[in-house]
Amino acid sequence: MNRNLYDLLGLCIAVSFILALKGLASPKSARRGNLIGAAGATAATVLVFFAPQEISQSGTATASGHHHTLLILLAILFGVVVGVPAARKIQMTQMPQLVALFNGVGGGAAALVSIVEYLKLGSAASTPDVVATVFTVIVGCVSFAGSVVTFLKLQEIMTTRPVVFAGGRFLIAGTLIGVLASAAWVIHSMGNTSLLVMGLLSLLFGVLFVLPVGGADVPIVISLLNAFTGLTVAASGYVLQATLLIVAGTLVGASGTILTRLMATAMGRSLFSTLFGAFTAKPQAAAAAGEARPVKSGSPDDVAILLNYAQRVVIVPGFGLAVAQAQHTVREMADLLTSKGIDVAYGIHPVAGRMPGHMNVLLAEANVPYEQLVEMDEINPTFPQTDVVLVVGANDVVNPAARTTPGCPIFGMPILDVSQAGNVIFLKRSMRPGFAGIENELLYDPKTTLLFGDAKDSLTKVVSALKNL
Amino acid sequence: MSNGLALLSIFVLSVFIGFEVVSKVSTTLHTPLMSGANAIHGIILIGAITVADRAVNNVQLSLAIVAVVLATINMVGGFVVTDRMLEMFKGKPRKASQTGGEK
Repeated sequence: MNRNLYDLLGLCIAVSFILALKGLASPKSARRGNLIGAAGATAATVLVFFAPQEISQSGTATASGHHHTLLILLAILFGVVVGVPAARKIQMTQMPQLVALFNGVGGGAAALVSIVEYLKLGSAASTPDVVATVFTVIVGCVSFAGSVVTFLKLQEIMTTRPVVFAGGRFLIAGTLIGVLASAAWVIHSMGNTSLLVMGLLSLLFGVLFVLPVGGADVPIVISLLNAFTGLTVAASGYVLQATLLIVAGTLVGASGTILTRLMATAMGRSLFSTLFGAFTAKPQAAAAAGEARPVKSGSPDDVAILLNYAQRVVIVPGFGLAVAQAQHTVREMADLLTSKGIDVAYGIHPVAGRMPGHMNVLLAEANVPYEQLVEMDEINPTFPQTDVVLVVGANDVVNPAARTTPGCPIFGMPILDVSQAGNVIFLKRSMRPGFAGIENELLYDPKTTLLFGDAKDSLTKVVSALKNL
Repeated sequence: MSNGLALLSIFVLSVFIGFEVVSKVSTTLHTPLMSGANAIHGIILIGAITVADRAVNNVQLSLAIVAVVLATINMVGGFVVTDRMLEMFKGKPRKASQTGGEK
């Protein structure tokens, strides 16, 4: 293919990615934006097979006779066979960890690409090439290892709490120094051993970097690692002299950084405290309390009566709603209450669930009218006029400890101020604390009623009790 | 080094576009946007294909092929999962249109 035509098509694809991101930033055009991006990516993949033959810039004897086309196509096919069913079948509740995993493999791929190019260039590599390679390998490995750890955390294969151990911060600092030293070694020696050492240290650093991040902060870290991977892709684009990779990677890196900041702001915390909060905060003596204290638990009938005689009810959904797949039942209940003339709204905390916007996605699936979904800042002033708040499988986002207990992992996070309401009903599976692992004082409040059980079962019982009233 | 300088210019301008494009997004869309951006960096696939094609020995080829597989998973899976998320926002008419995934 003609070089100019090839570059021109590349430019069109770069534009399609810009349009994709722009589309994704607004609700109306989001889906179309995503499809534009997908079309661009598909076109790019086809196009690269028709890349003009060129003497690679280093002048290495180019044996580029498309020897491996079949093998490459098989590899792509294999990737599709793995990726598409995973994306199709995943439960809404598990989506965050899937995104984390996709991000991780992307970072790994970028690191591998640079490693292969580095091996091929050998001593012919110029210093800027080596520097870019070093950057790609470090950040790609950190992104890969970090994403795997976030996956394990979200999947609850390992503890969701911040993992902090004695001397942890020295170990992290030591590893970082090791990474930088080995980077200097690679640039100086251009050897393969040094590259291997650097890669392994970077993987270790990625693990250590994410371990201390706990609970609700994990989504922010996914977003940050996503931005990292974007930058990795951009750097490998520099190594390969591929403009499209630079543009696409940089777009993701830049927008990902902004998005990470937006998410952190939505949770009322700085990026710094998200990443390093677990080190600076004193581990609170939380275990001291939390012994068997009296709570008031009620039956579905009690809950139905409370709801039936309320003027205004606010439903606060959380991860428990997602786990129980109770979004349809909750809507049925809300419709029933509305038909009785009760004012019903949903109080949506920006990070309820495991990702920002998780609840909006879930409730939209159950056709909950958009007007009933009220964001935190708007709903908070209305709690004093609210008779009953029904907390369905949420915990950390209504935990007053975020206001009152400095040093606890969620301190400073804005919460839904449900304690202002007349009555609070918690639908919970057990007394287990939420994702962040902190006791919730509100559970012991005299105006709180607990209804134990799976959210969907409980709601079904409440609905039938309401019908009988 | 003028080529390097050209690439650097592209990089810097892309940073500004990236900042600009997502400067104000409602919290509702944070997750799909992150997921969509995640799919876009799957474009490393074309880098993986390029190095696989030029590989001159088996070590290079096998590493590059692994990269192709990983990048494909990132790209294809990323777009499909984003589409699924966004599909749910389309509340009202319950369009059961089979999402024509890409590829």
